[in-house]
Amino acid sequence: MATTLADDLRPLHHPKTWIGKYVWSQDHKVIAVQYGVTAVGIGLVALVLSVLMRLQLGFPGSVPWIQPENYLQLVSMHGMIMVVYLLTALLLGGFGNYLIPLMVGARDMVFPYVNMLSYWVYLLSVIVLVAGFFVPGGATGAGWTLYPPQAITEGTPGYSWGIVSMLVSLAIFIIAFTMGGLNYVTTVLQARCKGMTLMRMPLSVWGIFTASIMGLLAFPALFVAAIMMLLDHLAGTSFFMPTLFSFGQTTDTVGGNPILFQHLFWFFGHPEVYIVALPAFGIVSDLISVHARRNIFGYRMMVWAIVIIGGLSFLVWAHHMYVSGMNPYFGFFFAISTLVIAIPTAIKVYNWLLTLWRGDIHLRVPMLFAIAFIFTFIHGGLTGLFLGNVSVDVPLSDTYFVVGHFHMVMGVSPVLVIFGAIYHWYPKMTGRMWNKTLGQMHFWFTFLGTYAIYMPMHYIGILGVPRRYFALGETAFIPDSVAIANAGITIAAIVVFLAQGLFFINMIWSLFRGPKADPNPWGAASLEWQTPDTPPVHGNWGPKLPTVYRWAYDYSVPRPERDFIPQNEPPA
Amino acid sequence: MPLAIVIAALVVGSVLFHLVSPWWQTPIASNWASIDSALDVTLWICGLAFVVLNLFLANAVWRYRHRPGHKAHYEPENAALEKRLTFWTGIGIIGMLAPGLAAWDKYVTVPEDAALVEAVGQQWQWSFRYPGPDGVLGAAGVMHITPENTLGLDPTDPFGRDDILVEAGDMHLPVDQPVKMVLRSKDVLHDFYVPEFRAKMDLVPGIVTYFWMTPTVAGDFEILCAELCGVGHHEMRGKVVVEDRAAFDAWQAEQITFGEVLAQASPASRYAMFATADVCIGTSNWSNP
Repeated sequence: MATTLADDLRPLHHPKTWIGKYVWSQDHKVIAVQYGVTAVGIGLVALVLSVLMRLQLGFPGSVPWIQPENYLQLVSMHGMIMVVYLLTALLLGGFGNYLIPLMVGARDMVFPYVNMLSYWVYLLSVIVLVAGFFVPGGATGAGWTLYPPQAITEGTPGYSWGIVSMLVSLAIFIIAFTMGGLNYVTTVLQARCKGMTLMRMPLSVWGIFTASIMGLLAFPALFVAAIMMLLDHLAGTSFFMPTLFSFGQTTDTVGGNPILFQHLFWFFGHPEVYIVALPAFGIVSDLISVHARRNIFGYRMMVWAIVIIGGLSFLVWAHHMYVSGMNPYFGFFFAISTLVIAIPTAIKVYNWLLTLWRGDIHLRVPMLFAIAFIFTFIHGGLTGLFLGNVSVDVPLSDTYFVVGHFHMVMGVSPVLVIFGAIYHWYPKMTGRMWNKTLGQMHFWFTFLGTYAIYMPMHYIGILGVPRRYFALGETAFIPDSVAIANAGITIAAIVVFLAQGLFFINMIWSLFRGPKADPNPWGAASLEWQTPDTPPVHGNWGPKLPTVYRWAYDYSVPRPERDFIPQNEPPA
Repeated sequence: MPLAIVIAALVVGSVLFHLVSPWWQTPIASNWASIDSALDVTLWICGLAFVVLNLFLANAVWRYRHRPGHKAHYEPENAALEKRLTFWTGIGIIGMLAPGLAAWDKYVTVPEDAALVEAVGQQWQWSFRYPGPDGVLGAAGVMHITPENTLGLDPTDPFGRDDILVEAGDMHLPVDQPVKMVLRSKDVLHDFYVPEFRAKMDLVPGIVTYFWMTPTVAGDFEILCAELCGVGHHEMRGKVVVEDRAAFDAWQAEQITFGEVLAQASPASRYAMFATADVCIGTSNWSNP
């Protein structure tokens, strides 16, 4: 067969030094690991913050230095880190980088240099974010939603410098994401190998691809909101600031509108939920299909569901604002659009279940996480219908029901997928296999522990207990049993926290001592498992790019004796 | 295999937890039973989906677990089945939306005979204002705030003179009287939240927001703030006393009006109050809601 321009390995600029290979690397796989390690590192900070928060809630006063202002700082930093700096960065920067070129049969991202810059700018955003803890007044305590005016007025922790660090960090993050996102989208569109049509791509790629497009459209809203708030704070503008009477002083701001910020924030914020969810949907589809030895059920419908969810998610943002004081008639539109989005989402759930049905289910560790994801996502998705259904949201908004809901749907669910994905691709990434027993223990503690944390929160929320409270105090409608529940939740949170040690021990120990892994231990059909080297080397494919002849889901096809056919295997 | 059992157990456990949970809605004390029933309908539909889908999941994991010689069935898609599932999902969605939107329609339609009451939030306390005999709240805005005029009433607006002021005190409401709560904040976002009333709404500085309800049960209820408003957020409490008409009228007669505030003020502070009315011409002013 003739070689093509894409087969040429010379333009790859193979690095000659250790620093060129592992630090200033332009290899998508190294950048993926850099993104992943940084995201998990900052995620561990957020995890510690959440445990401190839970200690205050479960055992008030047990950590004496946690005062109301510190509590709000813990809440705010935990939320923002988890949503943006961990989940977005890990799913797109980490898995997006690793999987896209390997799954579509490319040698690398189409802009390797920009890809490298994306990581280093992301690292800078993390450093600026962490610097917020050390500036005078400490980190911002405005909640992860950063609503003005309070984000930049006296009475909120970090209103002078912490908020500046947060807003600047977000702006830098968005620059980093834009460089990465353009790469992911362009690579999917331009660098697929011969035969890899869009409708033959694994759903992981579809999820990451759609989420990247959404990110490119949604993050600019947050970017301008951050810049406008910085101007309000530092340059005396009044975008979000009406005239206030705050702490005995009338401000000289005039005519600004705090609700404008909420619209900008949620125009980003709601698609952001799906920017995290869609890659997780895609990845979990592949995990389920591989380990159930069955093609993903209704592939075309799954692709369309991803695309439709991505589009609709730009039309639902104000369901976060039913009681914000915006024109209440908006509620009719946003309730309908929000509940309509449940239909393609439900189709995805049905198709995961129907993929398992009549499958040959191997309950390996990645599959345990994938199936647990289905359970937690059903739970979190259904409670979202309460909150989307406008009038039902009125009593529930800003209560623990909301906390329980979004942690189930966009905390626990994507995190379970991330763990499943790490266990799934670890043999390919490192060439070694992890320890099964440690993996199973990690799964059970994480799955059952998180359900014990968030399930009771829904009921406490229906009772009416408000969120973001440093202490519940003497409140007539809150019985003493809520304090017992809070203590129990905290204990479960500590157990889950400690259980993550099993994961890190397993990953690090296996990296050096794990048994050598088979190049395709799960018998997967998609392209990333068919590389000539394990782990794949720079350039991924050796002298010739692969050619694809079929979709990624030829499992248990009636004829062959093997129960899968790799995508690059020619038709018999 | 343990996974299938655990998922089934979690479904059963969740349903049991729901049945024996000591935590459920507070006894309702307003007209918003329609919100509660929309929540009930949503709960039944979602609860059914939760049980059915997860039991199906547990069953599939159990039934099709890997055993030697067992092979998966090859079936790329089934358009008819997917259409059926989409249809029934749509029915469920409509079943939830109908009561939800019907309740919202009532929520946004304030009855003609609703009495006006204003709640004013600031870090971190609640104050209240009643329109007085004329039934109209006088114009107000933060630019009018002086040490004697803490709620920022416009001293030149004649409608404000009979307004009854309750600064950092209890709010009283007559039972069974629909009330339109108009909400104003001096500084940051707050949210007027009485769990027993079900209704809530944010207070937004610069604009006047509102909701309405009819208190139906006499008694004392706690007002909380449900929108993060700084370090004192969790301590921003107030009290609403729902009582019969006679007790309400007697209480109201004891409260001070803005006209009395003006009359009692020293000439210097009265001058300061009126000075705010001059400087604020041309800037945003809260009008009569």
